[in-house]
Formats: sequence, C-alpha cells, structure tokens
Amino acid sequence: MTVRIESGEREIVARLSGEIDHHHAGEIRSEIDEAVASAQPAVLVLDFREVTFMDSSGIGLIMGRYKAVAAYGGELVIANISLGLKKVIRLAGLDKLARIEENRK
Amino acid sequence: MGKDNEMKLTLQSRSVNESFARGAVAMFVSQLDPTVEELADIKTAVSEAVTNCIVHGYKESIGPIYLTVRLTEAGEVIIRIRDKGCGISDIPKAMEPLYTTCETGERAGLGFAVMQSFMDKVKVTSKGGVTVVMKKRLKLREGANG
Repeated sequence: MTVRIESGEREIVARLSGEIDHHHAGEIRSEIDEAVASAQPAVLVLDFREVTFMDSSGIGLIMGRYKAVAAYGGELVIANISLGLKKVIRLAGLDKLARIEENRK
Repeated sequence: MGKDNEMKLTLQSRSVNESFARGAVAMFVSQLDPTVEELADIKTAVSEAVTNCIVHGYKESIGPIYLTVRLTEAGEVIIRIRDKGCGISDIPKAMEPLYTTCETGERAGLGFAVMQSFMDKVKVTSKGGVTVVMKKRLKLREGANG
C-alpha cells in the first residue's frame, strides 16, 4: 500500500494504490492529513485507480478526510473507483458527501 | 463437484494479519471456481470480521482469532470467525449501520453492514468472545472443484 501526493495550486491529489484495510489506513491517513493541513487546498482528490482491495476501513478513511476538508470549506473528490469498490462506497452513501469522478486522469 | 472440504487457521490479533486472513480464505475458496465478484465479496466480509476481532474484541491486547472455512458439495461457503475478546453486550445495536464505538471518526461503523450485504447470511453470537458465522452460496459453474 502506498500513497503518492501531488500538490497543485488549488488541489491536492492523493494517488492510492494496493490494498486499503485497517492495517494500512492509519499510514495513508497521516500522509494525506499532513499535506492537507499545511496547504488547505480548495479540492482534495482521492484517486483509487490503483487500489485493488478496500473494506470499510477505506470508508472511514474517506469520511475522515471529508470532515477535515469540509471544516475549512474545501471539496472532496473520489476518483476512478472500480466496480468492486463502488459496492462498498454506495453502501456508505459516500456519493452524497463527495463528488465522484469516473475517468479522471 | 467434489466432496465437502474444510480448513482451519489460528491467527494472532495483529492488524498485519488482516490481509493474510482474507487472502488465505480466498485461495481456499478458489477451488469452487467463484466469480471475481463473489471472491471480492468474501474477501471483504472476512476482512471486516477479522478487523472487528482486532479493533473491538482484543483492543490493545493480542489474542487468538480462530478462522474456519467449510465448502459444501452444494457450493456453499461457510466461514466462522471467533475471538475470545471482550464480547458485544448489545448485538442488534452493534450491527446497526454507522453505529461505532470509535470516537476518532476514522471507523465508519459499517463492518456488519458490509458482511450482511456481501454474504447471504450472517449470524453473530457473543459468549466468551464473539463468533461470526457467514454463509454464501456460489453460483455453480461447470468444471468447478475438479
């Protein structure tokens, strides 16, 4: 599991890869939070293109980042979720909290 | 179809074992030739149950997690995951979607909801720890299980 952070002028893109479970969520969380706290970007993008597995720990991760960004008026985008992940995300109703982008580069 | 089959595993409640547990179950279930979606459903449900043992059952301590997987001739997967942790005092409450005892806001409270939505049946009992029994019937396809 790795997370690659790309910081732009208005947005931060966190490119996640591998498996997101309770074991890995803490590490991902602190890397993203560190980048977001200092820059407070207008948009935080969580890119799931290279994520191969995610359980509800990933939902907790998304919900926590939504709260962090919403606290200062920022927006959360969930990008490139596969069919398998969609099932978990829909169950949690995350499409109501964040903008879903299907084919983001 | 072949005969019934069963495997048992005992793991320590360390979070690093979450991926091993779901991976081991997936490899065992593979002999029934499940679809990619069925296998993903099972892996996710196992991950939730094992994480519950670690996060809620044992909290900061380390204890055993007992995992049994039975495959039936009819193509049913029966998974039993048991811990000897602190137990659940109110099971219906614990199984409510979005209910969580976690105060950091980092746990979604969706573990049981995921298990229930991805498996056909989920039964939870708490006596000297928690036992979760989950069942899923696979769509049988020709050539499965030798």
